[in-house]
Amino acid sequence: MRDRQASREARRAREFEAFVAGAAGRLLHAATLLTAEAPDDNPRARRLLTPALAHTYARWDRLHGEDPYDCARQYLATRFAREAWHHYGGFAQSRPHPRSPLAELAPRERLILVLRMYEGVAEEQTAALLGLPVERVHSICDRAAATVLHPTRTPVPGAAGAKAVPS
Amino acid sequence: MNRPQREAAVRRILERTQPPVPPELWGEAVRRGDRLLRRRRLVHRVLWLLLCAAVVAFGVWAAGAHPWVEPPSQTTPPVTGW
Repeated sequence: MRDRQASREARRAREFEAFVAGAAGRLLHAATLLTAEAPDDNPRARRLLTPALAHTYARWDRLHGEDPYDCARQYLATRFAREAWHHYGGFAQSRPHPRSPLAELAPRERLILVLRMYEGVAEEQTAALLGLPVERVHSICDRAAATVLHPTRTPVPGAAGAKAVPS
Repeated sequence: MNRPQREAAVRRILERTQPPVPPELWGEAVRRGDRLLRRRRLVHRVLWLLLCAAVVAFGVWAAGAHPWVEPPSQTTPPVTGW
Protein backbone atom coordinates (compact mmCIF):
# COMPACT_ATOMS: atom_id res chain seq x y z
CA MET A 1 0.00 0.00 0.00
CA ARG A 2 2.72 2.40 1.08
CA ASP A 3 4.94 1.18 -1.74
CA ARG A 4 2.24 1.77 -4.29
CA GLN A 5 1.61 5.27 -3.01
CA ALA A 6 5.34 6.05 -3.05
CA SER A 7 5.68 4.86 -6.64
CA ARG A 8 2.62 6.84 -7.66
CA GLU A 9 4.06 9.97 -6.07
CA ALA A 10 7.39 9.43 -7.81
CA ARG A 11 5.62 9.00 -11.16
CA ARG A 12 3.53 12.11 -10.57
CA ALA A 13 6.62 14.14 -9.69
CA ARG A 14 8.40 12.90 -12.82
CA GLU A 15 5.49 13.61 -15.15
CA PHE A 16 4.87 16.98 -13.55
CA GLU A 17 8.51 17.97 -13.96
CA ALA A 18 8.31 17.16 -17.67
CA PHE A 19 5.09 19.14 -17.95
CA VAL A 20 6.57 22.20 -16.21
CA ALA A 21 9.72 22.00 -18.33
CA GLY A 22 7.57 22.11 -21.46
CA ALA A 23 4.75 24.45 -20.48
CA ALA A 24 6.07 26.86 -17.85
CA GLY A 25 7.67 29.21 -20.38
CA ARG A 26 4.47 29.71 -22.33
CA LEU A 27 2.30 29.96 -19.22
CA LEU A 28 4.67 32.46 -17.63
CA HIS A 29 4.61 34.52 -20.81
CA ALA A 30 0.82 34.51 -20.76
CA ALA A 31 0.79 35.49 -17.08
CA THR A 32 3.27 38.30 -17.73
CA LEU A 33 1.04 39.61 -20.52
CA LEU A 34 -1.94 39.48 -18.18
CA THR A 35 -0.26 41.42 -15.40
CA ALA A 36 1.31 43.79 -17.98
CA GLU A 37 4.77 43.56 -16.46
CA ALA A 38 8.21 43.75 -18.05
CA PRO A 39 9.40 40.32 -19.27
CA ASP A 40 12.47 40.31 -17.00
CA ASP A 41 10.73 41.71 -13.92
CA ASN A 42 7.45 39.89 -13.35
CA PRO A 43 6.90 39.08 -9.67
CA ARG A 44 3.12 39.27 -9.96
CA ALA A 45 3.02 36.94 -12.94
CA ARG A 46 5.09 34.42 -10.97
CA ARG A 47 2.77 34.80 -7.99
CA LEU A 48 -0.11 34.06 -10.34
CA LEU A 49 1.55 31.09 -12.05
CA THR A 50 2.85 29.24 -8.98
CA PRO A 51 -0.60 28.47 -7.48
CA ALA A 52 -1.88 27.53 -10.94
CA LEU A 53 0.90 24.95 -11.26
CA ALA A 54 0.40 23.79 -7.67
CA HIS A 55 -3.31 23.29 -8.37
CA THR A 56 -2.46 21.29 -11.50
CA TYR A 57 -0.01 19.18 -9.48
CA ALA A 58 -2.66 18.49 -6.83
CA ARG A 59 -5.13 17.42 -9.52
CA TRP A 60 -2.60 15.38 -11.48
CA ASP A 61 -3.90 11.93 -10.50
CA ARG A 62 -7.51 12.91 -11.18
CA LEU A 63 -7.14 14.61 -14.55
CA HIS A 64 -8.58 11.56 -16.37
CA GLY A 65 -7.19 12.42 -19.76
CA GLU A 66 -7.81 16.17 -19.42
CA ASP A 67 -4.94 18.29 -20.69
CA PRO A 68 -2.90 19.56 -17.70
CA TYR A 69 -2.05 22.67 -19.73
CA ASP A 70 -5.76 23.47 -20.06
CA CYS A 71 -6.20 22.94 -16.33
CA ALA A 72 -3.36 25.32 -15.46
CA ARG A 73 -4.48 27.92 -18.00
CA GLN A 74 -8.06 27.84 -16.77
CA TYR A 75 -6.95 28.26 -13.17
CA LEU A 76 -4.64 31.11 -14.18
CA ALA A 77 -7.41 32.92 -16.08
CA THR A 78 -10.10 32.56 -13.43
CA ARG A 79 -7.75 33.58 -10.66
CA PHE A 80 -6.62 36.64 -12.57
CA ALA A 81 -10.23 37.50 -13.36
CA ARG A 82 -11.24 37.16 -9.73
CA GLU A 83 -8.38 39.24 -8.41
CA ALA A 84 -8.66 41.89 -11.08
CA TRP A 85 -12.41 42.32 -10.98
CA HIS A 86 -13.26 41.93 -7.34
CA HIS A 87 -10.25 43.11 -5.37
CA TYR A 88 -9.55 46.50 -6.74
CA GLY A 89 -6.40 46.78 -4.65
CA GLY A 90 -4.87 43.82 -6.46
CA PHE A 91 -3.91 43.53 -10.10
CA ALA A 92 -6.24 46.23 -11.27
CA GLN A 93 -4.66 49.05 -9.38
CA SER A 94 -1.03 48.22 -9.96
CA ARG A 95 0.34 50.32 -12.76
CA PRO A 96 1.16 48.47 -15.99
CA HIS A 97 4.78 48.51 -17.07
CA PRO A 98 5.27 50.69 -20.16
CA ARG A 99 7.40 47.98 -21.82
CA SER A 100 4.52 45.54 -21.81
CA PRO A 101 2.71 45.41 -25.16
CA LEU A 102 -0.62 45.38 -23.29
CA ALA A 103 0.16 48.32 -20.99
CA GLU A 104 -2.68 50.40 -22.38
CA LEU A 105 -5.39 47.80 -21.86
CA ALA A 106 -7.71 47.27 -18.92
CA PRO A 107 -7.33 43.93 -17.05
CA ARG A 108 -10.38 42.39 -18.67
CA GLU A 109 -9.29 43.41 -22.18
CA ARG A 110 -5.86 41.90 -21.49
CA LEU A 111 -7.42 38.66 -20.28
CA ILE A 112 -9.66 38.27 -23.31
CA LEU A 113 -6.94 39.26 -25.77
CA VAL A 114 -4.43 36.84 -24.25
CA LEU A 115 -6.92 33.96 -24.18
CA ARG A 116 -8.13 34.57 -27.73
CA MET A 117 -4.96 35.64 -29.54
CA TYR A 118 -2.03 34.27 -27.56
CA GLU A 119 -3.58 31.02 -26.33
CA GLY A 120 -5.93 30.54 -29.26
CA VAL A 121 -8.95 29.68 -27.09
CA ALA A 122 -12.21 29.71 -29.05
CA GLU A 123 -14.58 32.62 -28.57
CA GLU A 124 -17.33 30.41 -27.12
CA GLN A 125 -14.95 28.83 -24.60
CA THR A 126 -13.61 32.22 -23.54
CA ALA A 127 -17.15 33.48 -23.07
CA ALA A 128 -18.10 30.41 -21.02
CA LEU A 129 -14.98 30.67 -18.89
CA LEU A 130 -15.61 34.33 -18.05
CA GLY A 131 -19.39 34.18 -17.92
CA LEU A 132 -19.85 36.77 -20.68
CA PRO A 133 -21.97 36.72 -23.85
CA VAL A 134 -20.04 35.69 -26.97
CA GLU A 135 -20.77 39.00 -28.74
CA ARG A 136 -19.29 40.90 -25.84
CA VAL A 137 -16.10 38.81 -25.94
CA HIS A 138 -15.93 39.45 -29.69
CA SER A 139 -16.27 43.22 -29.36
CA ILE A 140 -13.87 43.50 -26.41
CA CYS A 141 -11.29 41.43 -28.29
CA ASP A 142 -11.62 43.59 -31.41
CA ARG A 143 -11.30 46.78 -29.42
CA ALA A 144 -8.28 45.45 -27.51
CA ALA A 145 -6.60 44.34 -30.75
CA ALA A 146 -7.15 47.79 -32.24
CA THR A 147 -5.62 49.43 -29.15
CA VAL A 148 -2.58 47.16 -29.32
CA LEU A 149 -2.06 47.81 -33.03
CA HIS A 150 -2.54 51.57 -32.78
CA PRO A 151 -1.29 52.60 -29.36
CA THR A 152 -2.12 56.12 -28.32
CA ARG A 153 0.73 56.33 -25.82
CA THR A 154 -1.37 57.87 -23.13
CA PRO A 155 -1.21 56.26 -19.70
CA VAL A 156 -4.50 54.61 -18.92
CA PRO A 157 -5.54 53.89 -15.34
CA GLY A 158 -5.85 50.19 -14.69
CA ALA A 159 -9.53 50.21 -13.74
CA ALA A 160 -11.83 48.56 -16.25
CA GLY A 161 -13.92 50.93 -18.28
CA ALA A 162 -15.21 51.60 -21.73
CA LYS A 163 -12.77 53.38 -23.96
CA ALA A 164 -13.59 54.97 -27.25
CA VAL A 165 -11.20 53.49 -29.76
CA PRO A 166 -11.90 53.81 -33.46
CA SER A 167 -11.84 50.39 -35.02
CA MET B 1 -5.80 45.65 -43.02
CA ASN B 2 -8.28 42.78 -42.96
CA ARG B 3 -9.09 40.58 -40.00
CA PRO B 4 -6.56 37.71 -40.47
CA GLN B 5 -3.75 40.18 -41.08
CA ARG B 6 -4.73 42.19 -38.03
CA GLU B 7 -4.88 39.08 -35.87
CA ALA B 8 -1.51 37.90 -37.15
CA ALA B 9 -0.02 41.31 -36.33
CA VAL B 10 -1.44 41.20 -32.79
CA ARG B 11 -0.08 37.66 -32.34
CA ARG B 12 3.37 38.80 -33.44
CA ILE B 13 3.28 41.63 -30.90
CA LEU B 14 2.18 39.26 -28.12
CA GLU B 15 4.84 36.66 -28.93
CA ARG B 16 7.65 39.18 -28.97
CA THR B 17 9.58 38.85 -25.71
CA GLN B 18 9.63 35.58 -23.84
CA PRO B 19 10.27 36.00 -20.09
CA PRO B 20 12.92 33.70 -18.58
CA VAL B 21 11.50 30.91 -16.39
CA PRO B 22 12.86 31.07 -12.83
CA PRO B 23 14.50 27.75 -11.85
CA GLU B 24 12.74 27.57 -8.47
CA LEU B 25 9.28 27.58 -10.04
CA TRP B 26 8.95 23.78 -10.27
CA GLY B 27 10.05 23.12 -6.68
CA GLU B 28 7.76 25.81 -5.30
CA ALA B 29 4.78 24.47 -7.28
CA VAL B 30 5.42 20.90 -6.10
CA ARG B 31 5.77 22.06 -2.48
CA ARG B 32 2.49 23.96 -2.58
CA GLY B 33 0.77 21.22 -4.54
CA ASP B 34 1.84 18.65 -1.95
CA ARG B 35 0.50 20.85 0.81
CA LEU B 36 -2.82 21.17 -1.05
CA LEU B 37 -3.00 17.38 -1.48
CA ARG B 38 -2.20 16.72 2.18
CA ARG B 39 -4.78 19.21 3.33
CA ARG B 40 -7.41 17.74 1.01
CA ARG B 41 -6.63 14.23 2.26
CA LEU B 42 -6.95 15.40 5.86
CA VAL B 43 -10.31 17.05 5.18
CA HIS B 44 -11.54 13.85 3.51
CA ARG B 45 -10.42 11.77 6.45
CA VAL B 46 -12.11 14.06 8.97
CA LEU B 47 -15.35 14.08 6.98
CA TRP B 48 -15.36 10.26 6.74
CA LEU B 49 -14.71 10.05 10.47
CA LEU B 50 -17.61 12.41 11.16
CA LEU B 51 -19.88 10.37 8.90
CA CYS B 52 -18.92 7.12 10.68
CA ALA B 53 -19.47 8.73 14.08
CA ALA B 54 -22.88 9.99 12.98
CA VAL B 55 -23.90 6.53 11.73
CA VAL B 56 -22.81 4.90 15.00
CA ALA B 57 -24.58 7.54 17.08
CA PHE B 58 -27.76 7.08 15.09
CA GLY B 59 -27.56 3.29 15.51
CA VAL B 60 -27.13 3.53 19.25
CA TRP B 61 -30.01 5.98 19.57
CA ALA B 62 -32.29 3.89 17.34
CA ALA B 63 -31.50 0.69 19.25
CA GLY B 64 -32.58 2.41 22.47
CA ALA B 65 -35.54 4.50 21.30
CA HIS B 66 -37.13 2.13 18.69
CA PRO B 67 -38.40 5.01 16.51
CA TRP B 68 -40.11 2.50 14.13
CA VAL B 69 -42.58 1.34 16.81
CA GLU B 70 -45.87 3.22 16.67
CA PRO B 71 -46.26 5.14 19.93
CA PRO B 72 -49.36 4.23 22.03
CA SER B 73 -52.30 6.34 21.04
CA GLN B 74 -53.17 9.17 23.34
CA THR B 75 -56.21 10.49 21.54
CA THR B 76 -58.81 8.01 22.88
CA PRO B 77 -61.06 9.74 25.40
CA PRO B 78 -60.70 8.33 28.89
CA VAL B 79 -63.39 5.73 29.63
CA THR B 80 -65.32 6.74 32.71
CA GLY B 81 -68.69 5.90 34.30
CA TRP B 82 -68.51 2.09 34.29
